[in-house]
Amino acid sequence: MKIGVLVSEGPYTHQAADSAYKFVTAALAAGHEVPRVFFYHDGVNVATRLSVPPQDERHIQRNWTALAKDHGVDLVVCIAAAQRRGMLDENEATRQGKDANNLAEGFRISGLGQLIEMGIQTDRLVTFGD
Amino acid sequence: MSDVKKFLYLNRRAPYGTIYALESLEVVLIGAAFEQDVSLAFVDDGVFQLTNGQNTDGIGVKNFSPTFRALGDYDVQKLFVERESLEERGLSEDDLMEIVYEDEDDDWAEKPAIHVISRAEMADVMADADVVLSF
Repeated sequence: MKIGVLVSEGPYTHQAADSAYKFVTAALAAGHEVPRVFFYHDGVNVATRLSVPPQDERHIQRNWTALAKDHGVDLVVCIAAAQRRGMLDENEATRQGKDANNLAEGFRISGLGQLIEMGIQTDRLVTFGD
Repeated sequence: MSDVKKFLYLNRRAPYGTIYALESLEVVLIGAAFEQDVSLAFVDDGVFQLTNGQNTDGIGVKNFSPTFRALGDYDVQKLFVERESLEERGLSEDDLMEIVYEDEDDDWAEKPAIHVISRAEMADVMADADVVLSF
């Protein structure tokens, strides 16, 4: 089965990004396809590469980056939600005249159309949030 | 299988206090370009999103409620509101904005987009959807 995943709550505050990660890992192991995960609302904060959790805690962003690298999952961060919350890739930082960017490897910033497209192209859309 | 899916945007929260309602509407507006079968549902505190006379002057947040009245221009024509959620909050259909769309199959007649339905009917609307985006 082709499964799309939506993460709509922020890391560490909320279980959503952890549960989604475990769900995607399990789905892939069971032979399903997970072509894309879309990050919306505070979920966009999962993609910051500046997160430094204590060493004995899970590193949520690194988990996702590894998943993208190992399984080719397309990790898409909503541009409108990201810009409100200070999440920028290199191009956007330049375009907006900012002196830094913080998007981690394996993630890309794109539009809400990617969420709709995921809903159209997958058999199931599974949401992790409140 | 047809390329058109039934998308249901489920709005459960008050319009202000959190960003969910605004960012839900942003998905609806972008999603309209994909020519899918779109419905919006309003339950729980989500029914407040459609109330008349919203005024956000005191909280420094944009009043986005006029955007709902423009949904007809985006071919979004079905807004389902749960009657029990209205009643539990002391509201009735009279407290809601008038939202219309132009029916191209009926000489562009203006028709109401809001349908107040029962909780049981709302369950059917949800069961009938292919993709539910919950906010």
